[in-house]
Amino acid sequence: MEKQLYTVTVFSENQVGLLNQISIIFTRRCLNIESLSVSPSSIEGVHKFTITCYSDRVMMEKVVQQIEKRIDVLKSFLYTDEEIVYQEVALYKVPTERLLDETQLEVIIRRHNARILEITREYTVIEKTGHSDETEALFEELKHYDIRQFVRSGRVAVTKSPVEYVDLFIEQQNRRKDIAE
Amino acid sequence: MSEKITGAEALIKSLIAEGVDRVFGYPGGAIMPVYDRLYDYTDQLKHILVRHEQGATHAAQGYARVSGRTGVVIVTSGPAATNTITGLSDALMDSTPMVVITGQVASAFLGSDAFQETDVVGITQPITKWAYQIRRPEDIAWAVARAFYIANSGRPGPVVLDFAKDAQNGLVEWSHEKCNFIRSYIPYPEVNRDDVAKVAEMINKAERPLILSGHGVMISGAENELAALAEKADIPVAATLLGLSTMPSAHPLYKGMLGMHGNIGPNVNTNRCDLLIAIGMRFDDRVTGDTSKYARQAQIVHIDIDSTEFDKNIKTHATIHGDAREVLTQLLPLVKEAKHTEWLKTFDECDAVEKERVIKREVFPEEGLMLMGEVAHKVSAATDDKAVLVTDVGQNQMFSSRYFRYSLPKSIITSGGLGTMGFGLPAAIGAKMGAPERTVCFFTGDGGLQMTLQELGTIMEYGTAVKIILLNNNFLGNVRQWQEMFFNARFSQTPMINPDFVQIASAYGIKAENVESREQLDGAIERMLAHDGAYLLNVSIEATDKIFPMTPPGAGVDEILITPDEKYQLS
Repeated sequence: MEKQLYTVTVFSENQVGLLNQISIIFTRRCLNIESLSVSPSSIEGVHKFTITCYSDRVMMEKVVQQIEKRIDVLKSFLYTDEEIVYQEVALYKVPTERLLDETQLEVIIRRHNARILEITREYTVIEKTGHSDETEALFEELKHYDIRQFVRSGRVAVTKSPVEYVDLFIEQQNRRKDIAE
Repeated sequence: MSEKITGAEALIKSLIAEGVDRVFGYPGGAIMPVYDRLYDYTDQLKHILVRHEQGATHAAQGYARVSGRTGVVIVTSGPAATNTITGLSDALMDSTPMVVITGQVASAFLGSDAFQETDVVGITQPITKWAYQIRRPEDIAWAVARAFYIANSGRPGPVVLDFAKDAQNGLVEWSHEKCNFIRSYIPYPEVNRDDVAKVAEMINKAERPLILSGHGVMISGAENELAALAEKADIPVAATLLGLSTMPSAHPLYKGMLGMHGNIGPNVNTNRCDLLIAIGMRFDDRVTGDTSKYARQAQIVHIDIDSTEFDKNIKTHATIHGDAREVLTQLLPLVKEAKHTEWLKTFDECDAVEKERVIKREVFPEEGLMLMGEVAHKVSAATDDKAVLVTDVGQNQMFSSRYFRYSLPKSIITSGGLGTMGFGLPAAIGAKMGAPERTVCFFTGDGGLQMTLQELGTIMEYGTAVKIILLNNNFLGNVRQWQEMFFNARFSQTPMINPDFVQIASAYGIKAENVESREQLDGAIERMLAHDGAYLLNVSIEATDKIFPMTPPGAGVDEILITPDEKYQLS
């Protein structure tokens, strides 16, 4: 089956050890997590994980089901790139004196829509947001200026769907809670 | 304001509030505050002192599976906690409700490699339904209630509570907090009426339907509903290993066991039916054989409480997500009465061959040493088919589960998914404690018995009346069979030099006798069952005895060997 990059989002309660519970589901199936980002979500007390992984759909659907089976996971979803708006941020640390020699610097910054975060005598930090091919393109260009450090964040993503499924799930569960009590 | 009590006492009060009256355990350093408080509660909470922590987990499993109640284990930290791993993993595979409470070093020492510290939550997360570390006495009531709710709702499973020593000693105002709701957890999904209607229509149209009944039917207590559905629509029923006894063996629609060593009829007819209705089972590879050759001709319906089982191993055509009893109750009025006389007859043809070619030589041999099948058959008959069968793992498991007959529900306790040798003896102890009114017959081999042999001490201490039938061939028989069939009869590390088991049992005060010839067997079984207490029969078994029928590894479910070199042929 054809492999492609999938984005998995996970909404969980804020409990210790959730990250381990989720990551071992990938480990057990010999799947490499390409990127991972975790943060509080827009819903109070709910954490959001965004995970990317190369695999086939059948495998990824099983992974998402296994994640959702964990007790403290509220919901988990599987997306292809077409179904989401996603972004990453990259930082490049470059020696300042090399940049000063470069007449094209302004052109590079403009063309890549990057920005400079900090300049000291020793180094300059450039920031670029975009998809990985875009941050990669800037990396390729800045390579000539002796990049000292380069870091790229995990992907963050929001869905294109007009329906907010997690909100609906929590509403439904609140009704169940009233019945249970 | 209520009076403050220690966390240790809060744990005990929480357990009692959850209805626990028996725990299996073993004391040690990091759990001593709990054992100290337990000393004052032994009238409400009976503690069974096992001889090894693994035994505590299997005993709790046996107790849980025979009674449906949650088995509870209390052990200390470090090595005691790691000794529970096999039982936890086994309980997850076989959907067994169990709460294991492990001691843990004081929270200030966590992560410092303190004496007997181990990362229990980290280690057990992959093999538990939930694992949680209690670091504050205030969390005890909440965590214990949640643990019991999770362990014994939906698809049951094991839960670990790792209990830091300072939380055991700390003071807290305790009051019971019942848990019956967790926002992120839906144990009993609402059954979708459209799914039920669709499946009912598939059943009504089917000409050759076949029901596969699994452990889920037993867990949800759907035995009557299963029989009602099968009878109304005249559908044959086959059981998985863990689904045995969900339908009485004598029921005319019960057609036998599935799987590698199951009966020919249900296995062959899996590949001849037009509708397969799987209930509370998970299409384990020991049931399906080669999945690419499995029931390709059939529509497949899967009914399960765990939706992650759908399409995991076998692609389905329809599913119903829900508790087996509820689903079957909803299905029954929508299913039309039918007769499938011709289809049912095809099972008889298979049965006739199996009886003639396999069962006759196994159960009614006339010469040579005794065979496992005949012993199981005789013990079952001597108990009027009413005993609880507990097995170890290997040939003893396959022979006894095949040749036992079941007339009551919840009558088999065996390690199915994990295949844990050594499971049987402690599980039998737990089963007898969970169902004291029933006869518990434990079939084991000389290998598996020695893996948890020390639990004979538990039997001695509590006078647990377990009937132990040791099928002794001085071999690791199942491996020996594979070596003979697939590894050129090179018996690598399978012969065993064994101790005198009767002397060992006697040292523990357990009545025991050697059964060396066929003539002694009936009398020995009679004495064992008549004896008021534990009893061990050390039965000399023919070492070359092999379990058949057999679907060899990698073969399709209908490619069945009835002898080492003869395949069953469709007539």
